[in-house]
Amino acid sequence: MKFSEQWLREWVQPNASTQELVDQITLAGLEVDGVEAVAGEFSGVVVGQVVTREQHPDADKLSLCQVTDGTETFQIVCGAPNVRAGLKIPFAKIGAVLPGDFKIKKAKLRGVESFGMLCAEKELGISDANDGLMELPDSAPVGTDFREYLGLDDNIIDVDLTPNRADCLSIAGLARETGLLFKADVQGPAIDAVAAVIDDVPNIEVSAPDACPRYCGRIVRGVNIKAETPLWMVEKLRRGGVRSIDPVVDITNFILLELGQPMHAFDLARIDGGIRARMAEQGEKLTLLDGQEIELSSDTLVIADHAKPLALAGVMGGEFSGVAEDTSDLMLEAAFFNPIVIAGKARAHGLHTDSSHRFERGVDYQLARSAIERATQLIVEICGGQPGPVVEVASEEHLPKAAEITLRKSRIELVLGLSFEDSEVEDILTRLGMQVETVEGGWKAVAPSYRFDMAIESDLIEELARIYGYNRLPVRTPIAAVPLAQAPEDKITVFDVRRMMVARGYHEAITYSFVDPAMQKALDPDLPGLKLLNPISSEMSVMRTNLWAGLVPAAGYNLKRQQSRVRLFETGLRFVSSEEGLEQKPTLAMLATGSRLPQGWTETPTAVDFFDVKGDVEALLARTASLDYFRFVADKHSALHPGQSARIDKWLDGEWVELGWMGALHPATQKAVDIKQTIYVVQLDLELLLKTSVPSFAELSKFPEMRRDLALVVDQNVQVDDVLEQIRLQAGEYLTKLNLFDVYTGKGIDPDKKSLALGLTWQHPSRTLTDQEVNDSVEAVLQQLEQQLGATLRG
Amino acid sequence: MENLEALTQQALAAVSAAQDVAALDQVRVQYLGKKGEISALMKNLGNVAAEDRPKIGAVINEAKDQVQDAINVRKDALETAALEARLAAESVDVTLPGRAVQEGSLHPVTRTLERIETFFRNAGYDVAEGPEIEDDFHNFEALNIPSHHPARAMHDTFYFNASTLLRTHTSPVQVRTMEVQQPPIRLICPGRVYRCDYDQTHSPMFHQVEGLLVDKGVSFADLKGTLQQLMSVFFERDVVVRLRPSYFPFTEPSAEIDIEWVIETPEGTKRRWLEVGGCGMVHPNVFKHVGIDPEEYTGFAFGMGVERLAMLRYGVNDLRLFFENDLRFLQQFR
Repeated sequence: MKFSEQWLREWVQPNASTQELVDQITLAGLEVDGVEAVAGEFSGVVVGQVVTREQHPDADKLSLCQVTDGTETFQIVCGAPNVRAGLKIPFAKIGAVLPGDFKIKKAKLRGVESFGMLCAEKELGISDANDGLMELPDSAPVGTDFREYLGLDDNIIDVDLTPNRADCLSIAGLARETGLLFKADVQGPAIDAVAAVIDDVPNIEVSAPDACPRYCGRIVRGVNIKAETPLWMVEKLRRGGVRSIDPVVDITNFILLELGQPMHAFDLARIDGGIRARMAEQGEKLTLLDGQEIELSSDTLVIADHAKPLALAGVMGGEFSGVAEDTSDLMLEAAFFNPIVIAGKARAHGLHTDSSHRFERGVDYQLARSAIERATQLIVEICGGQPGPVVEVASEEHLPKAAEITLRKSRIELVLGLSFEDSEVEDILTRLGMQVETVEGGWKAVAPSYRFDMAIESDLIEELARIYGYNRLPVRTPIAAVPLAQAPEDKITVFDVRRMMVARGYHEAITYSFVDPAMQKALDPDLPGLKLLNPISSEMSVMRTNLWAGLVPAAGYNLKRQQSRVRLFETGLRFVSSEEGLEQKPTLAMLATGSRLPQGWTETPTAVDFFDVKGDVEALLARTASLDYFRFVADKHSALHPGQSARIDKWLDGEWVELGWMGALHPATQKAVDIKQTIYVVQLDLELLLKTSVPSFAELSKFPEMRRDLALVVDQNVQVDDVLEQIRLQAGEYLTKLNLFDVYTGKGIDPDKKSLALGLTWQHPSRTLTDQEVNDSVEAVLQQLEQQLGATLRG
Repeated sequence: MENLEALTQQALAAVSAAQDVAALDQVRVQYLGKKGEISALMKNLGNVAAEDRPKIGAVINEAKDQVQDAINVRKDALETAALEARLAAESVDVTLPGRAVQEGSLHPVTRTLERIETFFRNAGYDVAEGPEIEDDFHNFEALNIPSHHPARAMHDTFYFNASTLLRTHTSPVQVRTMEVQQPPIRLICPGRVYRCDYDQTHSPMFHQVEGLLVDKGVSFADLKGTLQQLMSVFFERDVVVRLRPSYFPFTEPSAEIDIEWVIETPEGTKRRWLEVGGCGMVHPNVFKHVGIDPEEYTGFAFGMGVERLAMLRYGVNDLRLFFENDLRFLQQFR
């Protein structure tokens, strides 16, 4: 909320500078976002009046004016389009200094002398308006110092109020708070009941007393809507961020800023029969002041007449029932609406008004009557008119009641860690406007109607702490019984995984969890991503079902910036929705592209390939279990190259479980994501990956190892995993190591064959194996390989 | 015997002329070996008069020793030279870069989170993470933010439908923990959170770390002490922490956490307050929602923006850098 500091100081006069005032209210929880001077620094400007205006002899767009300051007349050359005889304007005379240390001197414009300058608002730092001179009302006294005339030695203070402090959404509320913080008296304008001079009363029916527990209405006849809003009011409104419209609307807005009571003025002539505060009928239509036609639902409170809805209660008036140029008779409204009924209604129609802002948060439920009196007083003063009596329809049972709150001394000490003096507690509560009564072990307090946020003991403790000062409260190190924490050894941590990735040369990335649907579709065509209802943009509108959808664009970003070698990894959730529901799976993903090693003198540059990345994956897997517990199965994934993709399985509790995928992106995918250089990606289920086991010692054999090397020739399409499996089947239980140490194709081998070199090692735990035993095993292995895979020994 | 002298000189000359250990060995064999020329003189002693034998034998031995000594000296010299030649041949330019894989890096957000987690683990806190797609109950209702509460406007929420959303803070993890665990509870909740807000200083996704301590007798003083220590440990210097009254529906009293930031400039030392998070005493209604007796237990909670802390700690000047994943940025956090 923005407000004029001067206006606040009319109500309360703390002995504090602007800075001190701002600091103090900020530290009381009313955070000041900014302080801005009402106008720029300037001097030597007075209210002037244009006496005559003629065309400049040598310039089409310039005027030649005679301007008076009330005593003398000056020749001024002026370029503003709105300059005309009779107009009153801010007049910077020779010697004036405008914002930016701009000194006004005698000047010659197109050969004609000019003795000063007529000013636009922007030139005085009042606003950004610069399309013409600032036009002053006819009542402006010519010759008066301009700063003094508009009271420009003032600041606009912008305070960011938390939702619980709706009581401070007015000068009255801010003054109360300032008064209690500085222990200063608060004195607003006297509000006396305005005596009725006519008998006319509005006919008011409230059929929804729960939503509208209090409704005050009053008729004022014979109002001059063409009257001019006084300058002091226009300025207070302007500094509060409200534009002047007509005197009646200005007055209702003024009451909103001054007292915090939103009001509405209806044109009496447009009310058919009388006022009905009722719930809307489902589908009923209403055209609002802003011209928007809305369709109402039955949970919405409207102010209607006997024929139609007139206003969206607490939010905005209707287009056809408000004050217009031809209005002469008014029906003023000041009501208390139930915040729960108003809440969300403005937003539901894309609106947010000063009124809805207050009613949603709560308005003093006792304020309506004094507000309507204050408004009447100002209307009669400014626009004339004859007021009738105030009609008030209230339902006591639906009005909020001030809670009687018990505050225990022991609880204050427990929560705040400090024992307060009784007198201090009582002083603070009293300054807050509470009625305080001492009871056994503490106090009973009743909050004033404007502190409708006070409901429970914690509220009072917070107020106590706030006024006492959070920063004066004690500081302590918590004392706790701290048993040793569990540290399961059958799990590695994400910390460990990240560090392994870093050691293998991968940089950790963090990408958005919501991704571009096109990217999502390209990288995980089979899984639909969950869509956000209200995304920031279409590029961030679906939840990722895999982490590649974030890593691939991140790689693209770097490739476009001359970083041709990219290694990235990320840990985070991916979101997979299926018929069983939504799964949010912790995941590790990696991406590699570019050269195997950073460019250097030791290697000729080689592009990273499947086995580089597989090596990285295996290094990671080996940290959790022997690689025998994992298998890489040639399998197809819609985003991956069919000849270079593997499903990675983990042996867990007696079965193979899918751990993840790795591979090169499919050329079609590469095209879809618009990256030329081959990208390798990996994705692993993080929870599954982290599982490991506590090591269990196996006795070391004291007997010698026996080793045989075999060179086998097999068809090209035979997978190494199958060869190893067949060997294990026949090599006997004492085979301890099986190692593939060469794969050869080329000279000496059929083009459709390959040669594999394998080392087999046997060792018996309790005796020396004989040559015969080992030879028998080798024989069995060779037979098996030949039968199953057509393998032969290389000649 | 007259040729002994000549033979010795000849042998010594051959020793000097030997250019490697093998040649030297040949010289040794030629003169001192079993069939060597000097050794042969010894064999001829039998032809010498018996009384002369000791004397002549001594002279021959002397000559043998002389040649052997020369050979030893020459051998040492040759071996030293050979070693030097090998060392020279094998020497490398040690300033050439090593043949190593380039190290990767940890994201500064992770780095910051890991540090904070470690501080609290060391003080007996548990770490919990939770779902990021949350239900309305855990993100709002259970935290004393019923629907239509104006505080919901403070959270620009991403929705999937009326009751499913992206969590706007990590507080739902606290709720989920309190639902299943009775006090004492010491908990740190790090993670991603989401708000529908995107400009130079707001990211629609960012990270929070929240802390919760629930036990008998926990007070606002404990909260102040914890935050004071956290900030000082995090920045590794004495940091002035200021708590400023604020409002969160799930805590009361509530406060914003400001730290005093000191900047040295050419014009002198400048100090300003920077907001780094929010905190407060757990609201009794939150305890009621999760079945903890607010009369028996009290607790505090705090939450901080991780990117903010990382920016201050590492001097990062633009929030957007955290999510661009530019290698030139990432590489700086090794």
